[in-house]
Amino acid sequence: MTSPTGTPSRPLRVAIIGAGPTGFYAADHLLNHPEVVVEVDMFDRLPTPYGLVRLGVAPDHQKIKFVTNAFDKVAASPRFRFYGGVDFGKDVTLADLRAHYHQIVYCTGAQTDRRMGIPGEDLPGSHPATEFVAWYNGHPNYRDCAFDLSQESVAVVGVGNVAVDVVRILCRTPEELATTDIADYALEALRKSRVKEVYLLGRRGPAQAAFTNPEVKELGELADADITAIPQEIELDPLSRAAVERSQDRATLKKVEILRQYARRAPTGKSRRLVLRFLVSPVELIGDDAGRVAAMRLVRNELYATSTGALQPRATDRFEELPVGLVFRSVGYRGVPLPGVPFNESWGVILNDKGRVLDPATKQPVVGEYTAGWIKRGPTGVIGTNKPDAAETVECMFEDLARGAVLEPARPDAAAAEALVRQRQPSYVSYADWLKLNAIEVARGRAQGRPRVKLTSVEEMLAALGR
Amino acid sequence: MNIANILARKGSMAVTVLPEQSIREALALLARHNIGALVAVQGDHPVGILSERDIVREAARNEGFLARTVADLMTRNVITGQPHDDLLTVAHTMTERRIRHLPVVDQDRLIGMVSIGDVVKAQRDHYQGEVDTLQTQLLAGEGGLAH
Repeated sequence: MTSPTGTPSRPLRVAIIGAGPTGFYAADHLLNHPEVVVEVDMFDRLPTPYGLVRLGVAPDHQKIKFVTNAFDKVAASPRFRFYGGVDFGKDVTLADLRAHYHQIVYCTGAQTDRRMGIPGEDLPGSHPATEFVAWYNGHPNYRDCAFDLSQESVAVVGVGNVAVDVVRILCRTPEELATTDIADYALEALRKSRVKEVYLLGRRGPAQAAFTNPEVKELGELADADITAIPQEIELDPLSRAAVERSQDRATLKKVEILRQYARRAPTGKSRRLVLRFLVSPVELIGDDAGRVAAMRLVRNELYATSTGALQPRATDRFEELPVGLVFRSVGYRGVPLPGVPFNESWGVILNDKGRVLDPATKQPVVGEYTAGWIKRGPTGVIGTNKPDAAETVECMFEDLARGAVLEPARPDAAAAEALVRQRQPSYVSYADWLKLNAIEVARGRAQGRPRVKLTSVEEMLAALGR
Repeated sequence: MNIANILARKGSMAVTVLPEQSIREALALLARHNIGALVAVQGDHPVGILSERDIVREAARNEGFLARTVADLMTRNVITGQPHDDLLTVAHTMTERRIRHLPVVDQDRLIGMVSIGDVVKAQRDHYQGEVDTLQTQLLAGEGGLAH
């Protein structure tokens, strides 16, 4: 008789797709179960782990990146393996994983941006903010992107943390950036930047802006950019004032106060100007004779209360034109469907109930398949929000194991899985390989007084590993 | 965070009932789905909400309650949520007005339901995540000093 799954002689074998924070949190919860013995294989299409902590979090926010220390601890478990550079759906398929694992967890995040849905959105000079972010962070698939930084005026649409990161990077001096781990080519391009005016555009008012107080304070402390706001746009409308007074939410009161100070600030002669705008939405991007973005048409919004009391923007009949030569949109993100995995188009997530993937026809769980993080609930919260989210999914996984509702793989052993990966993607990167790459990057950085100098192409990484 | 983020991880739609159905049928639905409220609909459009409390209240005074219709006992003038309503406001409104179930509509069409339990859990996870992230950064700061 064979022993039950989840015991030392027959560990529960789990494949995690995606090596971002959620993947590591899920691995951590799985590997730390007091009784069940679990083995985790983590796959990522990129050779490097950490997902958006490496490729999304801004280079001038190094402290946030320290969370990777916790991920390295998870990876140090003898029951954890990393298969970097192995693309799910291409190098390994769902059928392959079903033959080797009892459970599969998709943690692939929200990989694409929402569109504004306005005329001119695709004119040259208009980009998703995420492309710019991936570019300056040295994402191998975006290192060849080009942004016209010879433009003097730039608009960033949205007031979430990505939008705030983008305006901050655009406003930083080369000296400020030179102490970060920004990609070398991005540092060179930004050194030649001629950007003078940067607009951050929010469709609602200051009280509803998603950015946090530390983020907005940081914008007021830039070495060579003056911040300003328009007093009439900062003054709270009656609905917002009533909502703030009712909730007595101190963070919001403080945010509005900081923004009021910005609106009163006199320019101090810095070379760049950052303008925070509220209650405006782009309705059209206007091209010049060459068909490049030359201006943005904005409509002014007013707020109204929905039946729950939430405040939403509504367009008025007042318009204005903002001359800008470069536009970054950051108006939301959505997940990308994975081959063979049920997808909920309305929310841009994998169809799931508390992390159990559902069959679209029966709405019943698909045995052995789970999801966690942004691809499960949508892009919200901070990095740590994915920890309780992953815990909820892992709880479902252990419940299902206890009920015997797991896959029955033909070859549930680590050696067979490794042989499969080696055959499909011989140049895969293991965690030990990654730690070597990490040491190389850190050593290159030390020479320049930077946290690291990133390797930004897969060829470069493989060459550094002697392949 | 908004209502859409809660609906995204709830596989189930709101369970619906027609206003002309009997309370007997409504009870069977509540029991089968193990839930506390049904949305009464006409087509895709919510016209009322029937909670277990509405039924209990009627049962206490009328032994023939099983034969009554959903329309007799349901609450009309339902407060509905929209996918982009932020959870802070939603939580506040649900608490203030003692609403335990909020049908969610998109352009007047019913697309789901969130309970006060869903909202509390989402908020708890949100704060827990923030605390965790802040702690990591604080610890990182201390580690940084040690170098």
